[in-house]
Amino acid sequence: MNLEWYLVLSGLLFAIGAAGVLVRRSPVVILLCLELMLNAGNLALITFSRMVGNQQGQVFALIVMVVAACEVVVGLGLIVAIFRRRLPLNVDQLRGLRG
Amino acid sequence: MSVTAWAWLVLAFPLAGSIAIGLSFRSVPSRIAGIAGVAAVGLAFLCALGALLTMLGDPAESRSYTSTLWDYANAAGLDIKLGILVDPLSMFMVLVVTGVSTLIHLYSFGYMKSDRGYHRFFSYLNFFVFSMLLLVLAGNFVLLIVGWAFVGFASYALISFWYRRTTATSAGMKAFVINVVGDIGLTLAAFLIFREIGSFDYGTVFAKAPETFTTNQGTIVAICLLLLLGAFAKSAQLPLHTWLPDAMEGPTPVSALIHAATMVTAGVYLIARTHVLFGLAPTAADISALIGLATLLVAGTIALVMTDLKRAIAYSTMSQIGYMIVGVSIGAFGAGMFHLMTHAFFKALLFMAAGSIIAAMANNQDIDRMSGFWKAMRFTSVLFLIGSLALAAFPLTSGFFSKDEILGYAWARGGFYEIFTIGGYIGALLTAIYSFRLVFRVLPGDPCEEARELIDTGHVTHAEPRNPATGETEDADVGFPGPEHHIAEQSASMRIAMAVLGFLALFGGLVQVPGVDDVITKFLEPVFSDSPLASIQPVILADWEGLAVGGVISILGIWIAHYCYVAQPATPAILRERLRPLYVLFVNKWYFDEAIDLLVVRPALAVGRFASRSFERLVVDGLVTGATDLVRGAGGMVRGAQSGFVRAYALLLFGGFAALALYFLIVSS
Repeated sequence: MNLEWYLVLSGLLFAIGAAGVLVRRSPVVILLCLELMLNAGNLALITFSRMVGNQQGQVFALIVMVVAACEVVVGLGLIVAIFRRRLPLNVDQLRGLRG
Repeated sequence: MSVTAWAWLVLAFPLAGSIAIGLSFRSVPSRIAGIAGVAAVGLAFLCALGALLTMLGDPAESRSYTSTLWDYANAAGLDIKLGILVDPLSMFMVLVVTGVSTLIHLYSFGYMKSDRGYHRFFSYLNFFVFSMLLLVLAGNFVLLIVGWAFVGFASYALISFWYRRTTATSAGMKAFVINVVGDIGLTLAAFLIFREIGSFDYGTVFAKAPETFTTNQGTIVAICLLLLLGAFAKSAQLPLHTWLPDAMEGPTPVSALIHAATMVTAGVYLIARTHVLFGLAPTAADISALIGLATLLVAGTIALVMTDLKRAIAYSTMSQIGYMIVGVSIGAFGAGMFHLMTHAFFKALLFMAAGSIIAAMANNQDIDRMSGFWKAMRFTSVLFLIGSLALAAFPLTSGFFSKDEILGYAWARGGFYEIFTIGGYIGALLTAIYSFRLVFRVLPGDPCEEARELIDTGHVTHAEPRNPATGETEDADVGFPGPEHHIAEQSASMRIAMAVLGFLALFGGLVQVPGVDDVITKFLEPVFSDSPLASIQPVILADWEGLAVGGVISILGIWIAHYCYVAQPATPAILRERLRPLYVLFVNKWYFDEAIDLLVVRPALAVGRFASRSFERLVVDGLVTGATDLVRGAGGMVRGAQSGFVRAYALLLFGGFAALALYFLIVSS
């Protein structure tokens, strides 16, 4: 099988994730979509690693996974905090940073 | 021990005393603080005596010592050291300053006893002594300026000592501002000296000055005039004298120490110290002598009509400093310094006696209300009389020898300088009249209310704490000389201090009787031997003739005062009517305050007001508000992007990346 298909899959996953971030209002779903985009990136990295023939891309993907785990911790923590303070779980209504 | 080691100790004791007393005001009882303050200055005096004895062991020509602790600055041709110069001139000043200071500290120990600010007072007083010693011992112009500014501050702090009194605080500010005018003159003079000669060190400057400047060259005259500005502000000479009478708002020991005996003579010391420069600028020296003469006459006439006891003595101080300025400016260095010493004795004594009387009057200083103190306070009255005799140059008292020596020298120099002798004798007549005017109005006669109470009950009146100048009620804790008053009769420390000064005022002049001993002139000779004027010496016979004239004038003045105030008490009123314009002129102090107000204060205020209205409002405000408006406008333009919608941000991000990616695709293909 041709390696380019992996890249196509990665691009599709990224596009789906980006669309989800842009159109959905629930912070939980946005977080899920972000994960999707990160993993699309990981898939691309591993594919490139295979194409070039060394292991650097795979190491990079591992680091991205660590970062993603951290990001989930922070993101979920934020969501729980918002929920506890009985604020609306809707990113369009959480606009306290308006200039 | 070497001379300089003693001199460093002289400096160290008052500084240590000031710091220790200032820091320990919570933990140490005021009595111990007072003893420490007196002891610090007393030890400084003993060290000064040690230095003198060591110095006298050396031959006269080699009695000049320098010592350096460390470098202030040493770079780019600048070499400033924390160094002192001990020579007969500074030794003489150190002895006068520490000696008189010790006695005045002793007097303050009793006088300020019930004051709440006892620690503060002694801390300031010790600091003043340290600054004054730094001023006279400094070995270069930079350290001189440091000491000069320090004494200015100490004077300010002590004038405003009773800080709840509005008159005292404003008098302090006035003194400080006028002194700063003088500081500017001194600093500019030091700058010019450095520019021309390249050094601040006394030795180098005085050695190189004759090669650098020709006589009466513009620069050297400018330097000397700027030095004079400093000297005149500090020594209360025309027209920078108006702060001194106001400075009498401070406690009386302060008036005795700073505004009579020591600080105000700093200008005299400065002229004597820089006599080499003045020798190269005879014009400046003559201007200085003329201003001294003018001051001694003007101040003498004002003292004739002052009804405030301390202010009258303050004008007398200005007048006597006028004599000293004349002396050191025309070349009578020894005589000028001698008069400085005797004046320190009798004027400090006069202030102490006046302080005692003022305390008995419950802080009222108006001589119209005083009379009969001879019966109420015999001890104070005797010493007041002694001080006045010495001030009036009564034969064989200390003032008699010192004043006439200056005038005799002026006569011996001849020519133009004879006007100083004539003017000086007129001043001497005024001095005798005004000093005995005070005596005859305060001491004899029926006891006034307060004196009567003192005779009857043995203690002093406790009047309402009111400011005699403005009539406003005062806080008796701070800002008023305490709820109780202390007069010399009842305190041993004050009696001792006054008795010693009384002895010195009577007999201090005997150290320099013309043709007999001349101790001071001989001691100071090595310092002034390089001056071309040093060779002029009045013959001894002329000296004694001068003394005879002076004695006659003094007795004549005392007789006039007696005639006007005792024999024919109606005379002053008649004279006042006859010479109305003169009287008005004198009572208004020759309108100097008004003139300064009109010529300096009002224009400065007008310029300030104009600047605040135009420059400040338009340019400064314009720049500041312009800058804030710019930032705010720029912010307003971009704030629309900050909508607060997270998804909008995400869209922008994606859109931006997509645009960038598109751009690179197009560029690379």
